[in-house]
Amino acid sequence: MTEEQIALNHPMDAYLREDRIPHIWCSGCGLGTCLNTFLHALVKSKIDMKKTSIVSGIGCTGRVAGYVKLDSFHTTHGRPIPFATGLKLANPKLKVIVFSGDGDLISIGGNHFIHAARRNVDLTVICVNNFTYGMTGGQGGPTTPITARSATTPFGNFEFPFNLAYLAAGSGAVYVARWTMLDVRRLENSILHALNKKGFTFVEIISPCPTLYGRMNKLGNGLKMIKDYQKNTIINHKVDLKDAALGMDGKIVVGNFVDIQRPTFTEVLYDHIAKPQPNKKEDIPKEERKKIEHHA
Amino acid sequence: MLEVEKPVLTGSHFMNGDNACAEGALAAGCRFFAGYPITPATEVTERMSERLPLVGGVYIQMEDEIASMIAILGASWAGKRSMTATSGPGFSLMMENMGLGIMIETPCVLVNVQRGGPSTGLPTLVGQGDMMQARWGSHGPYEIIALCPSSPQEMFDLTIKAFNLSEEFRTPVLVMADEVVGHMSEKVVIPSPEKIKIHPRLKTKEKPEKYLPFKPNKNLVPPMANAGEGYHIHITGLTHDEKGYPVINAKTQQKLVKRLLDKIRLNRDKIIILEEDNVEGADVVVVSYGISARTAVLPIQQARKEGTKVGLLRLVTVWPFPEERIKALAKKVKAIVVPELNQGQISLVVERCAAGNAKVISVPHMGGETHDPKEILAAIKQAVKK
Ligand code: SF4
Repeated sequence: MTEEQIALNHPMDAYLREDRIPHIWCSGCGLGTCLNTFLHALVKSKIDMKKTSIVSGIGCTGRVAGYVKLDSFHTTHGRPIPFATGLKLANPKLKVIVFSGDGDLISIGGNHFIHAARRNVDLTVICVNNFTYGMTGGQGGPTTPITARSATTPFGNFEFPFNLAYLAAGSGAVYVARWTMLDVRRLENSILHALNKKGFTFVEIISPCPTLYGRMNKLGNGLKMIKDYQKNTIINHKVDLKDAALGMDGKIVVGNFVDIQRPTFTEVLYDHIAKPQPNKKEDIPKEERKKIEHHA
Repeated sequence: MLEVEKPVLTGSHFMNGDNACAEGALAAGCRFFAGYPITPATEVTERMSERLPLVGGVYIQMEDEIASMIAILGASWAGKRSMTATSGPGFSLMMENMGLGIMIETPCVLVNVQRGGPSTGLPTLVGQGDMMQARWGSHGPYEIIALCPSSPQEMFDLTIKAFNLSEEFRTPVLVMADEVVGHMSEKVVIPSPEKIKIHPRLKTKEKPEKYLPFKPNKNLVPPMANAGEGYHIHITGLTHDEKGYPVINAKTQQKLVKRLLDKIRLNRDKIIILEEDNVEGADVVVVSYGISARTAVLPIQQARKEGTKVGLLRLVTVWPFPEERIKALAKKVKAIVVPELNQGQISLVVERCAAGNAKVISVPHMGGETHDPKEILAAIKQAVKK
């Protein structure tokens, strides 16, 4: 390959909307790597791309859906999960992926997040956590560590932040993992596993926002922030998730934390309907119940 | 999906408006419902929870009305006819994603069984105070289609109509009912399935490489491709070009939003349904909708007995508003009387259209009960006096 060719082609071109590139992300931002790693996992998963939808909300990460050559839905702020829920339940043959940021999924969309996990809707949710609101200029949010500076915490954040992995596990997600965007191999494996697993699967990616969060907290440029990930990451699959919170000390516990089986929303629905209904005036006739059981 | 029950319950029934609405949805082919319990729309939700899973559909109770509204958009993109039902407080929460539905041109139906407001207001009692919210409640410029049923039978018929309009014009359609119509029980006749007109989804015939998801047909409506059909559609709530890609400038905004408005405005003759009774030659015409149009029947009869020439024009479609008809009417009659269970929301629109050619008398009511027919009779008498 000549140098020119290297510059013109990207190995993932076939899965990107080339006509939407260049993307809007800053240089040094971790989002490009998050997207690239996701695409590698997607290709490996052998999922039918024609039957796959990707749904985002609003924010820097929210732009992901628009760059990927799948059915792309860029929805309202915080709402990708309920949109995806409608999409998936209305056509269970679709593979539905939610790709969005921490502010979108956990702050304004927090209620939707815990309920979709509770119901175990068959969705893969990938959340890029950069501890801040990038798109609007680096404000604080529910993931901003205590004492961190942001555009709206000029005296340092004093609110207790969410530990996303702990929240997802507590809400009922059947798969919960966290990696930094530096660890592309493990991250890719995790996303691949999440894509192939039935139920509400959740992957949190820790990723640098050097332009805002990094600058305001004097964490250096993108490269410096990633080098710090290398120093501070601790792999512990068996960690008690309540001890895996992220603070200003920079320590990041990563791993495949949760991997359990639980029937999905659709499975429970039909299984439940198939059972005799003692409180219903007219019970569902036996033969019909069999049909339902068969379906479940 | 399983189908162990009939989706269309052909025959004569005695049922309330909320249940008739649910049956109308099923008859129209609705197979996805997302909702949240709220008085006085709960019966729609309950009936859907009981019926949908057994006719090959999906019912889900979402965590709130924000989620309900956007879940039905997702379901519609998956190719299912979808609906939600709510009342005032929930309607407020749905405004956000009703706007998204308009912007990304998603067929779906939103039922509002109106109660008294503002805020929690009168959960169990009637109101018609959300008529302007329907028109202007979501941010930015938009046009909306809103139908107002006056009986349980119309809860059935107009819900079907709403689904058909939503598919024909690729937009969310509102059924703006009210507590009385939702809760009253009357005879509802459900025809056989082959007698029910269903407007199919307007699908593209283009190949994926050539398809532009927002390139309109001559009706200004773009044919659709659903998710999972290999088109790799790009859908965004941002201002977008025909490809669906975001383009953030005034020119694209002008082109897109003007078409979104025009597809309703310029097709209004196909959308607007009015019911007129003795309007020709009348001196006074009562213009009303929903339960208030029914309350008006008795005082109109009384006034006629007393020798006044009174007509009734019932707005079955409130939005888009029948401006031309009201303009023409105002030139022929002395006065227009507008009873409604709010402080004159539609009356103001009538007044604007009448443009001084006829006197417009609002008969407002704060809600909580229907008008006393005497109030409407008094307004009619006042109208002919001066
Ligand atoms: S603002 Fe931050 S998160 Fe957004 S693109 Fe720039 S670096 Fe990335």
